[in-house]
Amino acid sequence: MAEKIKFTIDGKECYAEQGQTILAAALDNGVYIPSLCYLKDLIPAGSCRICNVKVSGRFMTACTTPVNDGMEVENNTPELEELRKSIVEMLFVSGNHFCPACEKSGNCELQALAYKYQMMVPRFPYIFPEKEVDPSSPKLFIERNRCILCKRCIRSIKDESGKSLFAFKKRGNKLMINLDHELAATMTDEMAEEAMEICPVGSILRKEKGFDQPIGHRKFDKQAIGSDIKSVI
Amino acid sequence: MSKKITIEPVTRVEGHGKVTIHLDDQNQVAQSRLHIVEFRGFERFVQGRPYWEAPVLVQRLCGICPVSHHLAAAKALDVIVGAGTGEGLTPTGEKMRRLMHYGQMFQSHALHFFHLVSPDLLFGYDADPAIRNVIGVAMKHKDLAVMGVMMRKYGQEVIRATAGKKIHGTGAIPGGINKHLTQEDKEFFQTGPDPMNIEKMIEWSQASVDFLKNYYKEHKAFIDEFAYFPSNHLSLVRKDGALDLYHGVLRAVDHEGNKILDDVDYQEYEKYIQEEVRSWSYMKFPYLKHLGKEKGWYRVGPLARLNTCDFIPSPMAQKEFEEFKSLTNGKPNNHCMHYHYARLIELLHSAEMMKDLLNDPDLMEGELTTKGAKIDRGVGVIEAPRGTLFHHYEINDKDQIVKANLIVSTTNNNEPMNKSVNFVANKMMNGQTEISEPMMNAVEVAIRAYDPCLSCATHALGKMPLDVSLYDAKDNLIDRKITQ
Ligand code: SF4
Repeated sequence: MAEKIKFTIDGKECYAEQGQTILAAALDNGVYIPSLCYLKDLIPAGSCRICNVKVSGRFMTACTTPVNDGMEVENNTPELEELRKSIVEMLFVSGNHFCPACEKSGNCELQALAYKYQMMVPRFPYIFPEKEVDPSSPKLFIERNRCILCKRCIRSIKDESGKSLFAFKKRGNKLMINLDHELAATMTDEMAEEAMEICPVGSILRKEKGFDQPIGHRKFDKQAIGSDIKSVI
Repeated sequence: MSKKITIEPVTRVEGHGKVTIHLDDQNQVAQSRLHIVEFRGFERFVQGRPYWEAPVLVQRLCGICPVSHHLAAAKALDVIVGAGTGEGLTPTGEKMRRLMHYGQMFQSHALHFFHLVSPDLLFGYDADPAIRNVIGVAMKHKDLAVMGVMMRKYGQEVIRATAGKKIHGTGAIPGGINKHLTQEDKEFFQTGPDPMNIEKMIEWSQASVDFLKNYYKEHKAFIDEFAYFPSNHLSLVRKDGALDLYHGVLRAVDHEGNKILDDVDYQEYEKYIQEEVRSWSYMKFPYLKHLGKEKGWYRVGPLARLNTCDFIPSPMAQKEFEEFKSLTNGKPNNHCMHYHYARLIELLHSAEMMKDLLNDPDLMEGELTTKGAKIDRGVGVIEAPRGTLFHHYEINDKDQIVKANLIVSTTNNNEPMNKSVNFVANKMMNGQTEISEPMMNAVEVAIRAYDPCLSCATHALGKMPLDVSLYDAKDNLIDRKITQ
């Protein structure tokens, strides 16, 4: 325990490795900080902003901020929870998320967060952006209407030489996820499966597999998102 | 989803059944029409979507019998994924789907009879709408109301156990099903505490048939005469002629019982069935091509099914079927009000079929899905509670749906429902220049026999919202009555 740093989250005493981010350390200590773009062992993107916490009165993304000795982190406060809820609502209106017919329903982290925050109707007007799907790869169906641009696929689905199969295309509000079709042609079934798993929403779909998991057996059917976090310290 | 589709308010499904009646110079009925607004939008919504999404997406067409759309779409996709048509699935795949379907049929028929029809029977068709509703039944005939609620619940639990949810589940997937039946559910359905077990459901189904037969004895003249007209009848039947609500070949008989279509593989339905567009209606009018528009229209649903099939493959329902057939000397039954009778025989049949299936070990174990070589076109047909339901999909080489055509049960019954409204108009409106309360009631009864999937027909309180307009020979609106 000697080399560990001591800090607190909402007054709870926690420990972190040197250089560990607030989010990674929180999870090790059994504390859930909601996130969408974060994925263990990947370089953090800090793009979704859901993991905002407050340190010394300032908002910080927990996935990119390293823990300092004696840091006092606010996490589960009404103010932060409201902020996170508003981000979830913003993500809903800025895409086309029709949960009833989406095969990721029940396994979708965005939907799970909407349930967690009891989102009924978004406070922002719907944008209904026009997005194009990309059905042309043999193994994957890219459903851009649901993409939240979290970059999880870009950061994790790579070929043997380390090249990403996914990349962003265009800029600003035209920014979209793109699959390299040449690389996708070499994709194994396992990689395709992993890509679908890694996407927090229903944007990457494994072709011909939809709905094979019955209701009741999906990730968030029985437990709310974050409720399974256990301390490993 | 890349295109925006604007739905004008008028094309939405709305809460009123609209009827227009035109009188001639002598105030005789020149023409009467039932205007139904249909859900064509779904055929566009699914374009561009990955095909495996269709069974989950299209079931949103309806909150009353979504399982029918779920299964019809899944059956069409079975063909596309090379799992064959109906017989090609694994035993588990087919039997779980059948159980889901019988659960659906059971709950839908129970809902229709107890919630929507029984108030008319118990209080009389002319009774004050304030008591002629399901609440009235609950107050005066508590036993019946309890039966209705519990039978519906049982059916819905069966759907939950097979589809994953009571409404809008995901159980049926292209090529099969996504789950087995659990031991816990099986035991619950077989031996659950009274009344939630299959024995009680069969007993109550039989009691419902008996109740209707007694009513029939007392009101024979009305039941036989009201909205009677000869017609053709169409449904799926099993290859050997048995009633089969899940799968079979298309058969149609004329009003005398002559087979006018038989042993037709529904993959070829377009060769035999055509849909006519009439300028005044959003809903198409299907007919058998070889007989033409005038003679080729047909009825679907419980009455049609008992007219097309040769027998019912479950003993109690078969016994009732024989008695039912004897009323018309074995010929097709063309009495509109006998839809209710036929519906209850099917209720009993569905309960018997569920009992058999619950004893089948294939539900608990075995391969869930099967697949073969993919093709780009598939048609799925099922006997939904309200009648024959067609789903037809075509896909491109990128697995997107490029074409969908649905002929829903209520569309198939479009012409017969119009005929029923004609019957009422001719009987009650000749020489009249005002719409009377009994006339409104009669229209409601005539339409309800078909259990159409209009939101008006499934109005929670059993009172169908109607909007009837009367026009004189010069097309002036002379009266209009709306019930809420
Ligand atoms: S496709 Fe999925 S994983 Fe990739 S950026 Fe979009 S939401 Fe994130």
